[in-house]
Amino acid sequence: MNFKVIIDIAKALLHARLKQTVVAAVGVTFSITMFITLLSFMSGLNDLLDGLILNRTPHIRLYNEVKPSTKQPVDLNPDFSLDYNVIRSIKPSGGRLEIYNNVAILKHVGKDPRVLGIAPKVIAQVFYNIGAIDLTGAVHGVDVEAENKLFFFKDYVVTGNYRDLERVPNSIIIGKGVADKMLANPGDIISITTAKGDIIPLKVIGFFQSGIQEIDKVQSYASLSTVQKMLGKTESYITDIQIKLHTLELAPQVAEEYRQLFNVDAEDLQTANSQFETGSSVRTLISYSVGITLLIVAGFGIYNILNMMIYEKMDTIAILKATGFSGSDVRKIFLTIALTIGIVGSLAGMVFGFLLSAFIDSIPFNTAALPTVSTYPINYNPNFYLIGITFGIITTYLAGLLPARKASTVDPVVIIRGK
Amino acid sequence: MSDIAIHTKGINKYFHDPKTIHVLKDVGFDIYKGEFVSIIGKSGCGKSTLLYILSTMDTDFEGELTIDGQNMKGRSGVELARIRNEKIGFVFQFHYLLNEFSVLKNVMLPALKLGKLPSEQIEAQAIKKLELFGMGQHIHKKAHQLSGGEKQRVAIARALINDPIIIMGDEPSGNLDKKNGKIVFDFFQEIVQNFRQTLLVVTHDPEFAERSGRVIEMDDGRIVRS
Repeated sequence: MNFKVIIDIAKALLHARLKQTVVAAVGVTFSITMFITLLSFMSGLNDLLDGLILNRTPHIRLYNEVKPSTKQPVDLNPDFSLDYNVIRSIKPSGGRLEIYNNVAILKHVGKDPRVLGIAPKVIAQVFYNIGAIDLTGAVHGVDVEAENKLFFFKDYVVTGNYRDLERVPNSIIIGKGVADKMLANPGDIISITTAKGDIIPLKVIGFFQSGIQEIDKVQSYASLSTVQKMLGKTESYITDIQIKLHTLELAPQVAEEYRQLFNVDAEDLQTANSQFETGSSVRTLISYSVGITLLIVAGFGIYNILNMMIYEKMDTIAILKATGFSGSDVRKIFLTIALTIGIVGSLAGMVFGFLLSAFIDSIPFNTAALPTVSTYPINYNPNFYLIGITFGIITTYLAGLLPARKASTVDPVVIIRGK
Repeated sequence: MSDIAIHTKGINKYFHDPKTIHVLKDVGFDIYKGEFVSIIGKSGCGKSTLLYILSTMDTDFEGELTIDGQNMKGRSGVELARIRNEKIGFVFQFHYLLNEFSVLKNVMLPALKLGKLPSEQIEAQAIKKLELFGMGQHIHKKAHQLSGGEKQRVAIARALINDPIIIMGDEPSGNLDKKNGKIVFDFFQEIVQNFRQTLLVVTHDPEFAERSGRVIEMDDGRIVRS
């Protein structure tokens, strides 16, 4: 009952100063709109840029690095264990890139509940032969279906069908940069020289474009068996095992575990691409600070308007108090006014934020580097809307608190006698 | 005790700004229910100050104040507001209606705050009170559309809405012409006679005072006649 009276009075006061109230609410609306749009856009951009790398990078990569053995025979001999052994000019031996016992590893990793999927890979260093010139490059032999499932291979194959890699024997999908240099078209036969000197003809069935030119200029894809054949290896020859986890954050821990377990090199994404995380978090931080600054500015607007309203309505406050409204009732009235401005402004801001985001989402954005993108990226994360309205209401509440406290302490005797 | 509306004893009041002035000196009197009391005195003698102390709005004083048998000392702001709401009705010199509201709503607000009755009943009562004072045809007007005399009649209706024990007036006719002043006085008299309510009015109009039932005269912070 009491609450209803307070809302009634707040409504009447709002109505009496409708223009000012609307201006204050528009301030909140504007800042929430910009807050949501800014975060949606920035986060969409972040996802896009991160996706550029993260989508195609395994969370964990198992491989064998060519490196000199850290333990030399003399270290293993107990007779010399107390000596200080100096061995010069150590060279790596063997140089086998193959992952030993990979069938068992694949089986074991496949059963791990933390793992989303695995994709085996063979990387072969090659030369692309263009007449008398040889271009260095790398052919990745992949399990086409696994590669598509985990790394969205299909999105990057701009010409041709990625499935043909499995169907057409000795086929290759070459990078757009490579294709431009070789003047190769789908259907052409190109020749490739392997590191061992074998020259192999392969049929071009498509192009791929990753968005990163350095990669497009050197990299090509073929099926696992094609590359194994190229290198003269058996079907069990695998140089890389790419693993995607359900949760990215676990990668360093799981990588360490596999390193110990399988005695291979394991690289996690956080270590390999730490700069992306930093970039994303800094961009997010900037968008949040700008958004919150906007809200605080709107808060000052509300503070001003309420303060002015209190000076104008001193008589009203005095009479309310004289007729039996307590200080806390008066405070509630002015807080109700502030919160009404905040809630109405925030809700409108959410709607306009969504509309503005949708508008940006429809603006064409074509760039050669990003084949999968045709409009500006927007992330419609409902969290932004929640944060927006929460901050909007908190800011207006705080902005209303001081004026409301002031109103509650108005001494009616001073006002009434002062006339 | 139950027929004493206001009991005061040894009330002293000081103003400290800019220097300490002793405004009320050992004021004490009783007002009985159903009395029509005028407080008169020269301006600056402390009569308005006394009224605001009696109204519980000014709590910064020494002495004893009992309204309807309840001691007013040491109560919280919320409690005092509740007592004002329930037991005291106000009529001020400058009408003090809320311009944001209609005449009807102005009268209803104290009762809505009290919350004892549903709002339909409050509305019916407010209309009855307004009709009593000849304001029946103006109930949906905004407060600022009324003349001075009309405003004061609405203010009286508002003071009566919660059927308070005592109605206080600070120069209620001071801002009105003779005709309207007389109308207001007649209403006051009617309230006392018909509803057995208590009236305490500060005025400097000796004619007004003499016609009321009892006169308390003040001079320099002391009561010289009561």
